[in-house]
Amino acid sequence: MKAKTRGNVLNDLDWRILQTLQENAKQTYMETGRRLQVAHSTVHDRIKKMEEKGIIEKYTAIVNLEKAGVKYITAIMTVFTDPKESENVAEKLSKFEEVSEVFTSLSEELLIIAKIIAEDQEKLHSFIAHSVAPLPGVLRIRTSIVTKKHKDKMLLIKRGE
Amino acid sequence: MKSLSSSSRTLRKLPRENAFYFFTSIGNYTGVSAASLEEFIEKIKEVNVKSLEFHLYRGDFQKWADETLEDRELAEKIKNLQTLKPVGDALRDQLYFMVSRRFEELKRQTL
Repeated sequence: MKAKTRGNVLNDLDWRILQTLQENAKQTYMETGRRLQVAHSTVHDRIKKMEEKGIIEKYTAIVNLEKAGVKYITAIMTVFTDPKESENVAEKLSKFEEVSEVFTSLSEELLIIAKIIAEDQEKLHSFIAHSVAPLPGVLRIRTSIVTKKHKDKMLLIKRGE
Repeated sequence: MKSLSSSSRTLRKLPRENAFYFFTSIGNYTGVSAASLEEFIEKIKEVNVKSLEFHLYRGDFQKWADETLEDRELAEKIKNLQTLKPVGDALRDQLYFMVSRRFEELKRQTL
């Protein structure tokens, strides 16, 4: 994805550092510096600045649940809401640990789209019936259970032209 | 026969989290809910019949009657209906008739 920036928040080197970190956040300052042909102390300083500014929010591990032997299903839930309650519903959904992503969207109606991870179909249904449907402002819910994942990769950013 | 207080308890208005939410399949909520036995009867008439089939054969109505409305007798009647395996409008009619009759019984007990 090419990023269009507002003002000069990041310089060219920062963008290149971010790209290499997104590919592999475990590499050392030395390795990053070697790759970008700059001193490791420069890499260290730039990364620290980006951490302080919140541009780099955190470093995390992407766990492959299947390989870890965890039984689970993924579902995409579309929640149709009363426009007045939409923000509240999205906020409450975001707090559930079963919900991994939440988006709001405006097509013909105001929608909230959320990705849910559950142990099995029964737990998924129970969660939606007892925790989501009773939320004030929820009008209807449509849920699709994912049967096959074709791609699941974090987008790598590139600096815009 | 139930006591006056337990009949009233079955007929009470429920908080949102204890209402019955009608789904047509796993995770697909119709937008129809019932927060009392009286409301439940009304909703039986109007909800998509697929929802009645979905919940009857999962045992959801029976469970709600037993655990939330605290009416073992109604739960038993619903369980018996399930064994007859009605579908479509026959299910709607039989469920409506059975729950309405139980509602009238309970109401009489509170008079």
